[in-house]
Amino acid sequence: MLALILFFIFAALCVGGAINLLVQKHPINSALSLIVVMGSLALIYLLLGAEFVAAVQVIVYAGAVMVLFVFVIMLLNAGEEERLPHGSRVATMLGVPALIIGLGIAAAVVSHLTGLDRIAIGGPTVMNGADVFGNPQAIGRLLFRDYLLPFEVTSILILVAIMGAVVLARREED
Amino acid sequence: MVPLSYYLVLSAILFACGVAGFLVKRNIITIFLSIELMLNGVNLTFVAFAAQLNKLEGHIFVFFVMVVAAAEAAVGLAIIIAVFRTRETLNVDRVNLLKL
Repeated sequence: MLALILFFIFAALCVGGAINLLVQKHPINSALSLIVVMGSLALIYLLLGAEFVAAVQVIVYAGAVMVLFVFVIMLLNAGEEERLPHGSRVATMLGVPALIIGLGIAAAVVSHLTGLDRIAIGGPTVMNGADVFGNPQAIGRLLFRDYLLPFEVTSILILVAIMGAVVLARREED
Repeated sequence: MVPLSYYLVLSAILFACGVAGFLVKRNIITIFLSIELMLNGVNLTFVAFAAQLNKLEGHIFVFFVMVVAAAEAAVGLAIIIAVFRTRETLNVDRVNLLKL
């Protein structure tokens, strides 16, 4: 019961932040509402027993990546979004909520038809009972034993990304 | 106990918000933020199914998605800075050199 209440609180925060991201005109407001979404998602991960993922979500996503975004927004002095005069405003005002509600209903119907909504997860058994599931020790054992090669490949990916970022953002010398 | 479908519906809503932002917004940084929102929606599905199937592989995939998202953010923001230097705008409607 407690898990359900917590889930609804954080899910409402998530959806509110996501809709605020769409509504806000200034990019810095959108970035800050995305941080709200990521923070409440981290708490939902904790409800699912994923301690490691929740910590990484806060440190890497809400921390590093969003700091990068906010930095670039401030560096470029991004202002209000200007709209060129084309496209229908009515279509945007009606289409976006319709899309979101439609996809939510579609997901609910599909999960009802496939019987997924009769499966309940999370709650006290995950929060207290499962002692090894989702903690950093178990993740580390899996990551550095079974998934060692993909892990090493990601380090090359990060290296290439760093070099690409440096080369792309460098000022052309005349 | 929370039904699994609630998590799936939440992640579908987050993904749909990301798609809507990607299509509607005209600021290139906000479009980028929408992509991050979509990745977060997918991550929630991974973690929910990992908890339901009691398999840790889902968490590993979330880790890899986060690594790719971080790399993508670094390169993408560098591209945004380069575009802003040459075009002096962040509006994707004004970056139309390749348009017919």
